[in-house]
Amino acid sequence: MNNIATVCILGLATFVAMMLSALSQDSLFSAHMGILCFILLCTTIVFLRRFEFAPSGAAVSPPDTSGYMDEIVRYGVIATLFWGIAGFLVGVVIAAQLAWPILNLEPYLNFGRLRPLHTSAVIFAFGGNALLCTSFYVVQRTCNARLFGGDLAWFVFWGYQLFIVLAATGYLLGITQSKEYAEPEWYVDIWLTIVWVAYLIVFMGTIIRRREPHIYVANWFFLAFIVTVAMLHLVNNAAVPVSFLGVKSYSAFSGVQDALTQWWYGHNAVGFFLTAGFLGMMYYFVPKQAERPIFSYRLSIIHFWALIFLYIWAGPHHLHYTALPDWAQTLGMVFSIMLWMPSWGGMINGLMTLQGAWDKLRTDPVLRMFVISLAFYGMSTFEGPMMSIKSVNSLSHYTDWTIGHVHSGALGWNGMIVFGSLYYLVPKLWGRKSLYSLKLVNWHLWLATLGIVIYAAVMWVAGITQGLMWREYDDQGFLVNSFIETVTAIHPEYVMRTFGGLLYLLGALIMVYNVWRTIRGDVEEADKPKLDAAIPAE
Amino acid sequence: MNYDLFREFADSWGLVYLVILFVGVILFTFRPGSRDKADEIAQIPFKEDETDG
Repeated sequence: MNNIATVCILGLATFVAMMLSALSQDSLFSAHMGILCFILLCTTIVFLRRFEFAPSGAAVSPPDTSGYMDEIVRYGVIATLFWGIAGFLVGVVIAAQLAWPILNLEPYLNFGRLRPLHTSAVIFAFGGNALLCTSFYVVQRTCNARLFGGDLAWFVFWGYQLFIVLAATGYLLGITQSKEYAEPEWYVDIWLTIVWVAYLIVFMGTIIRRREPHIYVANWFFLAFIVTVAMLHLVNNAAVPVSFLGVKSYSAFSGVQDALTQWWYGHNAVGFFLTAGFLGMMYYFVPKQAERPIFSYRLSIIHFWALIFLYIWAGPHHLHYTALPDWAQTLGMVFSIMLWMPSWGGMINGLMTLQGAWDKLRTDPVLRMFVISLAFYGMSTFEGPMMSIKSVNSLSHYTDWTIGHVHSGALGWNGMIVFGSLYYLVPKLWGRKSLYSLKLVNWHLWLATLGIVIYAAVMWVAGITQGLMWREYDDQGFLVNSFIETVTAIHPEYVMRTFGGLLYLLGALIMVYNVWRTIRGDVEEADKPKLDAAIPAE
Repeated sequence: MNYDLFREFADSWGLVYLVILFVGVILFTFRPGSRDKADEIAQIPFKEDETDG
């Protein structure tokens, strides 16, 4: 298919990026637009090289639009793995930087710039691509319809990759609006808005033209994730740029309003990006892998609405003991504690799906991955409400306990459910009978689990140590410890945390190898089907 | 709309609206006959392979 219009638009965009780079008000904007110009130029060349020519009068072959649109899901799986490895690697690097500060390479590779690179890479690049590809897969299967909008889905995919690259290169250059998990500046935010609206159109359109009378609950969760993230993104990033040819912008809010808006955004990024979207995966892939319908469909509906109604209010718990009015802090705390119920309802719903099929855990390491994921979901959604209680928060806030909590949720719940879903998807998408090696899945599972357990446990120790040392007074009311003493006290934990992260990265690398061999169509000797007896995996 | 009006609306009519909506959702979910319907919908993920290429 010849994309003449696309090539024209790309060429024009390349030119505009070049002009913006040349006319920019500051060197950062110039550099960033230069990067954009280079990317667009490469994309234009790729499109030009894909031109097909037909003899005069004959039509160029039309694209195949029958059946499900799975090519984009295959791309999404590869992108998820690629960004996953990149994100985990940067995570290990910044963990090592905290343990050994000599590793901070000024200016581009210091902790301050690599940290948002890590968080955005794992949440938005790894998690985001996983959400994109699984939502496209699940919505087609459960609606019995092809993706709506044709090539619009490809725009969403590549537009999102462009957003990731612009965000990542911006962080390394030092471009940030200093809002946690919303660091990209105004022009990158505008681009993401365009891509996200296209995503909504593709997803909604597919649901609207479904051939299945009901909308399966996984799609509710995916839709809630898309709509809410759009709302959060628009409000929190409301800003006025100093110049349309420069990077700097000022938030529409100031002071405590700005802080509350930021954490309304921040916590709902956890609630709707990292929870609702991933629950969409859970409600599809856990039943598929267990080959049993969800334990209680009605519980899943209650789960959905309770989560939606409660999550949106929980943000203020990030601002305990700040200038935020006391009633707002208490409101955030109360809603956070109430959130425990829907969270555990969802976890129980997922785990009980295995009722009557628990024996499958002996033979199926992919199912094991889902169970570990749900166990971590349960654990971190218990820990979170507990930490939101003001008296607990006075000990835990600003310490590494928070970091440990986030990682048990992100590595345990989000990471494991993505790995499980991809292990399910890869043989299906590439038409293989099975994965290359279940043994390697098992290795991945235990390396990752061990890594998370080490990580979370040492961060508890480090966090509580910090918290107690910070609040220690002597008889005269003076603080006992200087700040640097609290830092040196937790150095061993920082080293161990790096090791835990390394194990997790190692597990993911094993997955990449396993997926690569599966795509090639290899099957390990030991895993060739033995039909005479079912042998439990170790 | 100033802050006070907004605040008053939120913790009166806004609160009532959301509570009624939420309770309504729960009642609707457990309405008589919903179990069979729910069991039927829960089977949707297992229908896919009929049209899968």
